[in-house]
Amino acid sequence: MMRRVYMDHTAGKPVDPRVLEAMLPYFSEMFGNPSSLNRWGNEARKAVEDARAKLASLIGAKRSEEIFFTSGGTESNNLTIRGVAYRNKDKGNHIVTTEIEHMSVMNTCKSLLKEGFDLTFVPVDKYGVVNLQALEKAITDKTILVSVMYANGEIGTLQPIKEVGEIVHRKGVLLHVDAVAASGQVPINVENENIDLMSISSNDMYGPRGVGASYIKTGTRVQPIIFGGGQEKGLRSGTENVPAIVGMGKAAEIAKAEMKTEGEMLSNLRDKLIEGLIQNIPRSFLNGHPTKRLPNNANVRFSYIEGESLLLSLDVLGVAASSGSACTSKTLEPSHVLLAIGLKHEEAHGSLLFTLGKQNTEEDVDYVVKALPDIVKRLRSISPLTPKELLS
Amino acid sequence: MYTEKVMDHFKNPRNMGEIPDADGVGTVGNPVCGDLMTIYIKVNGDRLEDIKFKTFGCGAAIATSSMITELAKGKTLEDAMKISRGDVADNLGGLPPIKMHCSNLAADGLHAAIQDYLKKKGAQK
Repeated sequence: MMRRVYMDHTAGKPVDPRVLEAMLPYFSEMFGNPSSLNRWGNEARKAVEDARAKLASLIGAKRSEEIFFTSGGTESNNLTIRGVAYRNKDKGNHIVTTEIEHMSVMNTCKSLLKEGFDLTFVPVDKYGVVNLQALEKAITDKTILVSVMYANGEIGTLQPIKEVGEIVHRKGVLLHVDAVAASGQVPINVENENIDLMSISSNDMYGPRGVGASYIKTGTRVQPIIFGGGQEKGLRSGTENVPAIVGMGKAAEIAKAEMKTEGEMLSNLRDKLIEGLIQNIPRSFLNGHPTKRLPNNANVRFSYIEGESLLLSLDVLGVAASSGSACTSKTLEPSHVLLAIGLKHEEAHGSLLFTLGKQNTEEDVDYVVKALPDIVKRLRSISPLTPKELLS
Repeated sequence: MYTEKVMDHFKNPRNMGEIPDADGVGTVGNPVCGDLMTIYIKVNGDRLEDIKFKTFGCGAAIATSSMITELAKGKTLEDAMKISRGDVADNLGGLPPIKMHCSNLAADGLHAAIQDYLKKKGAQK
């Protein structure tokens, strides 16, 4: 049978079997509604609060009441950004964010433009690190929120969040951090890193999809965006998705215990993959920061060829990856992240993103490192852009 | 997302390469958009004696380039000019809707190569 190598973990991760096991009883046996005043309800309430405490512990929150469950990273980003904007309108109408945010931050911010808010997008350097001087300059007396991601899921670059927070707080503004790509992968401490609001995803920690969380520091003014029965202290109405919340809690518990060993294992594989590709393929380059990057992220670009044809060729050999090429996106635009780090369109088209997971092995990396040079060579032989000296 | 036919032409492209002494060359697309295609033709009398391509682009761009060379080879210039984008897609068993516009450039490339040939021929007279 053909070898199968899944290196597309930023798109989706399998649920950890221990997570699934923890969730199962809450579908059929302990199915109560946490709001019900009966033993079924109490059981479910206890499970939700237990999960909340595990999330708080993972990110170093002082109190578990600072965790609010949502339907996922996208909703968390919507809730925190829109919620802060609406609730603090009396203080100002300006939001600062970066050029490399996830679409759920980007488009939430842009949607606020139509409602009278102003936006500033702060640039990043060639590694994708936010320009702190530009960030500081962007903050005005009208600014009510700064939103900077913890790590970029595409190029892997980690941001200096603590320093960002110092600047933002010195100006008396709130800091929101989209930690969807980072939570459970790298240690985060909301207290030490000056974070007021943070978005967390479950699937990125091997938990189920359809659940996420917002960290909202006590005293931070946020208006709900979903109205109803007043669950989650009125900030997020809707009956709690108890099995998913239990799963996310278990995933957070496992992440906290295993992050260090898993991170070391993944960064070894990542470096082996990056080195293997860059050394064996001429005109190949790493996208993102060489060291300040997510332990599972290897984003490499190859000149003269296009990412979708790379993905198809890899898929034929059983390897799953992603690309920042326009041809793989719904909008037919290359990744805004790759353009923001200064790549030309044609360079962005040739980018390949491998995101590793805990099931990946050295053999998986060897397989990809062995397969890709021939794929690149073949596609370059077809491309009219390839210089003659590379074709021999 | 692609048909077997598309994957076959992507994996084993026909008539891939350049014709150094081509009678006509057509280049369409733009690397900025992610697709760039060059078609080379050799003309004998009023027929396409040989045709080759080089393409930078996605799977659909490579497969349509390969398919156009199969459809056009041996045809008269007049018949080759009639090959449409739709013919290329149909002969590949269809393309995903999003690829119909951006990557289905091969017919344009062929037409550009024939026009280049006719222009050069006109200049010689």
